[in-house]
Amino acid sequence: MANSTLTKKRSTAYGSTVALKTAMAITGAILVLYLIAHMYGNLKIFSGQEAFDGYAHSLRELGYPMLPENGFLWIFRLVLLASVLIHIYAAVTLWARARRARPAAQRYKVNKRVARSYSSYTMRYGGVLVALFVVFHILHLTTNDIAPGGRSDSPYERLVNGFQPEFWYVTLFYVLSVIAVGLHLRHGIWSALATLGVNMSRRQGMLNAIALGIALIVTVGFLLPPLAVTFGLVS
Amino acid sequence: MNITLRVWRQKGQDDEGRLATYKLTDVSPDMSFLEMLDVLNEKLTLEDEDPVAFDHDCREGICGACGVVIDGEAHGPERTTTCQLHMRSFKDGDTITVEPWRAQAFPVVKDLVVDRGSFDRIIQAGGFISAPTGTAPDAHANPIPKPDADRAFDAATCIGCGACVAACPNASSMLFTAAKVTHLGMLPQGQPERAARVVKMINQQDEEDFGGCSNIGECAAVCPKGIPLDTISQLNRDLLGSLGKGVG
Repeated sequence: MANSTLTKKRSTAYGSTVALKTAMAITGAILVLYLIAHMYGNLKIFSGQEAFDGYAHSLRELGYPMLPENGFLWIFRLVLLASVLIHIYAAVTLWARARRARPAAQRYKVNKRVARSYSSYTMRYGGVLVALFVVFHILHLTTNDIAPGGRSDSPYERLVNGFQPEFWYVTLFYVLSVIAVGLHLRHGIWSALATLGVNMSRRQGMLNAIALGIALIVTVGFLLPPLAVTFGLVS
Repeated sequence: MNITLRVWRQKGQDDEGRLATYKLTDVSPDMSFLEMLDVLNEKLTLEDEDPVAFDHDCREGICGACGVVIDGEAHGPERTTTCQLHMRSFKDGDTITVEPWRAQAFPVVKDLVVDRGSFDRIIQAGGFISAPTGTAPDAHANPIPKPDADRAFDAATCIGCGACVAACPNASSMLFTAAKVTHLGMLPQGQPERAARVVKMINQQDEEDFGGCSNIGECAAVCPKGIPLDTISQLNRDLLGSLGKGVG
């Protein structure tokens, strides 16, 4: 068997698992940077309605008059949409590859986790949850098609209306989804850095600490505004 | 000590396979895991049953021939090869489940024996240097910085046992391929073919139906030779460099 000839090549390195992982790492990094900016905007809720709505409005006029009104916003949205689609495409392709690499019939009867973290364990299903949440989230707070507590032209009021105590299930879904995002980032940021070739043995602890730190900051930063509404700190 | 074994029995590639249960009495804690399987096989032979097929060769932890998944861990609970695992790592009365490496690229030949020819083909694709042979050059003819030499040696200790693939949830062979890419990439002799090597080896790895790496770290955690996880980052850097240069 050692002397068997190599099979004819169908694979190319540009479509290899490593290239797919690199695409995931780069698009993931774009999305993480976006999340941090998004979180910063959300925290303006604590500066009052004027500051929050003013910030939301200023995003529409960013780059104006050089760009048409909403121009920057739409370029930004297209970049995000492309990132999400590439990220999901690569994830699904790699998922299918992993299933082919160890088909269901060949799974171990006894499984034991030796090194893997809980966050790495939840990457795939957690990712699906996050994707579903993003759809709901846009319908809820961007387009306002789903409007528990009433529609409003003010982003501040949309937020306050949507997370009132009587809509506890909206808040609960939001909290679970943000925790899923946090877990996704905990492993995702580390994995992206390793994929991009940054990992070295002496840096491994530091890279994991960075991933954990960003994941915690993003999780807490996104949980504060809706919970503040639910518990009546912002109204 | 008395133990109960649940061993994967499979007559051949086309057989479905199943776990069979055997009871062993008077097992010495000083036996290696393979010696315990030898005792089981003697018993099975005397009872006119088919002995359990398993791979083994040197039995001193350096050849990479042996390797089974014991209670869900590649090579069992200690960080060493199966042959260097001893029964003292288990308790009297334990039930131990023994399964072969599981991956599409490692088809089961019989019982616990798998065909790891896919590893050979990855090496064949690029895991070598092309150099005129002859008498060995003087050891100091080509000075190499100590840290580079150490890293190359650490990576070169890979014995190709396949535990990384067995432990990986994606059944990826990245640690194996990365060890070879790192070993040759750290040394001057490996430089002429460096850019092409990583591309050829990754292509062959994908061709063999190994999965992709998701940086979970199970591979390095079970590796009996302690190949560091960061070799995978080195492979990624080399591959991205090659793709950047248009060597794809």
